Amino acid sequence: MNTILAPLPVVIALGTAAILAALNKFLPRRAADALAAMATITVGGISLQLMRLSSIQPIVYWFGGWTPRAGMALGITFTIDPIGAGLAAFTSVLVLAAFVFSWHYFDSVGTHFHVLILVFLGAMCGFSLTGDLFNMFVFFELMSAAAFALCGYKVEEAGPLQGALNFAVTNTIAAFVVLSGIALLYGRTGALNMAQIGRALGDDSSALVVVAFTFITAGFFVKAAIVPFHFWLADAHAVAPTPVCVLFSGIMVELGLYAVARVYWAIMDRPFATHGPALSGLLLTVGTITAIVGGLMCFGQRHIKRLLAYSTISHMGLMTIGFALLKPDALAGAALYVVGHGLVKASLFLVSGILLHRLRTIDEIELHGRGRDLWGTAALWVFAGLGLAGLPPFATFLGEAAIEDTATKHGQGWLWVVFFLSAVLTAGAVFRVGGRIFAGWGRDEDVETGGAQKIEEEPETTDVAEHPIPAVMFAPAAVLAVLALAVGLIPGVRHAVQTGVTYMADGAGYQARVLDHAWLPVAPPPLEHVFPLSSIIRAVAATICAFGLAGFALSPWWPRRQPRWNPLKLTMLGLRKLHSGHVGDYVALLTLGVAAFGVALSVLIKLGF
Amino acid sequence: MTFFPYAIAAWLLIVGLYGVVTSKNYIHLAICLAVLQSSTYVLLLAIGYKVGAGPPVFDTVPPGTPAVDPVVQALMLTDIVVEATVVALLLALAVQAHKHTGTLDPDKMQELKG
Repeated sequence: MNTILAPLPVVIALGTAAILAALNKFLPRRAADALAAMATITVGGISLQLMRLSSIQPIVYWFGGWTPRAGMALGITFTIDPIGAGLAAFTSVLVLAAFVFSWHYFDSVGTHFHVLILVFLGAMCGFSLTGDLFNMFVFFELMSAAAFALCGYKVEEAGPLQGALNFAVTNTIAAFVVLSGIALLYGRTGALNMAQIGRALGDDSSALVVVAFTFITAGFFVKAAIVPFHFWLADAHAVAPTPVCVLFSGIMVELGLYAVARVYWAIMDRPFATHGPALSGLLLTVGTITAIVGGLMCFGQRHIKRLLAYSTISHMGLMTIGFALLKPDALAGAALYVVGHGLVKASLFLVSGILLHRLRTIDEIELHGRGRDLWGTAALWVFAGLGLAGLPPFATFLGEAAIEDTATKHGQGWLWVVFFLSAVLTAGAVFRVGGRIFAGWGRDEDVETGGAQKIEEEPETTDVAEHPIPAVMFAPAAVLAVLALAVGLIPGVRHAVQTGVTYMADGAGYQARVLDHAWLPVAPPPLEHVFPLSSIIRAVAATICAFGLAGFALSPWWPRRQPRWNPLKLTMLGLRKLHSGHVGDYVALLTLGVAAFGVALSVLIKLGF
Repeated sequence: MTFFPYAIAAWLLIVGLYGVVTSKNYIHLAICLAVLQSSTYVLLLAIGYKVGAGPPVFDTVPPGTPAVDPVVQALMLTDIVVEATVVALLLALAVQAHKHTGTLDPDKMQELKG
């Protein structure tokens, strides 16, 4: 009955974007701000309502009333479950924060920024809600095109142009790879609707299906910034305007992982039913490497936004581990982690935007001791850093604990080590930055990062920095960080997410809902109120170790020169060489990565895992 | 269906990738990307092709006559639109890069690394 709401998030976002673009010349800046914010709030409200309705019973909306005849889907559908609708709602929250924060931004450029962000919002909502594979590709490309333009928004500088070009080329190739995978699946099944592809495939796990799955997974992993597909991310984040970084790190890359999870559970869970350990093992390896590489590169940065970008890569590795276990409970953990990480990371990016606004630079070394009187900003930075470390009761902790809990139950108890290392490295880097800028600790020369390149970044605002920090900049950052804590404190939030995931992780039920109008109720997961004490102890220990690492890095005892043979130094040198900023290198590594993923998956399946 | 069109799709993919990886000029790179994309056009059309079938238009022939698959053709058209957008954007960025840095060579854009 209420399904008429289903297409509205996309319609409202894209419609408002069109109106703003048309009225560009006539609309005063503040009217455009208000209209864009109102549209975002409406999209968020509708998405929340969709989430509430779909948690009672998932929604299937057919465009133009083209419902399936005799189990054949001809039309295009939005297949909405609480996870998809929840992601759309979460996107709206971050977009609203970006709009509020950018109140003082880009005074001279009219409403182009609003138009692009709204297109971005509409595309991300559509991407989360759709049930059609080709439709997903189209929203993927729409989202990418808006993101490329937003990334290169400051076209007057060389850095943003290079970042946007690297981003655009790698992600476009990723889209072709996804499209090739979709074409192969269409060739095999004659269907584009995910439910119908899934049903037509049955448990067919022939070479063609493995290749198609490899293409689709690897393509979406480029967006998700999984090693070795991650190179564009740090370049794009280092140069994009701060409010855009919030959306890139907070939700866009996570949607790449969401797409892989969606395709897996809707289409591939039966073909891979007997090859679960092969796929799971491969994804766990990839996730672990991503978490460690991202963490190391994060600690080795002096440009704060680039540092946060590498932290996002590390945390994407952790979320991939949540999916890689191929268990609904772990996927629920990953979903919680997406929300917790998105809020915390958005807050950290906004604080770095405040620093750029107030102190006119974002280089850690140059900022040494210059934030001494910014008490509120300092407190917020450390508070969000605690969330990044996964300290209870932040939502990141809930996600991490749920993933670790499931991993232990399925014989992968070692995975907590990855979470621990990632937390220590990324939060350690954040605390180090905080100690240096706000307390003036450490030396004002670069010794810890071992030769990170200094990147010039022009301030994004023009008004004088003498005034106190504007409330419209500080408030969104504070609200998001507090939200990350509040989500973790909502009673039963883990169980609610687990219930939402049961719809997503039920391939047969998904197919019946879409193709047969049949509703196969799933048993809600059992209520578990408590987390194992070990998770809490580990999370607290990781936070303390992160403080310790930051303190050590800022102390006089941090070695000025490491010996040449130091393996950690050699690793860092090698990693830095790989992140060359050269688009050709990135594409070569991307191609190798796709091939390696496919070969590894086929070999593991052949070996009978 | 022969194996030939698929070989062409694979060939276009490989030469496109080679061009992108070794490119010394952003304009050249954008065109290589277009070549790469044509591999998906060929792949899609090959999947929908049937030997001896006509176009999927039934005003002169009775319905039920063998016809090639119109769905993949629609997908390919969408694909072309997407490609046009992306190439336009890339070329615009390349023009800006030339304006502000005086070069189109990816090797000389050294703002970001490490």
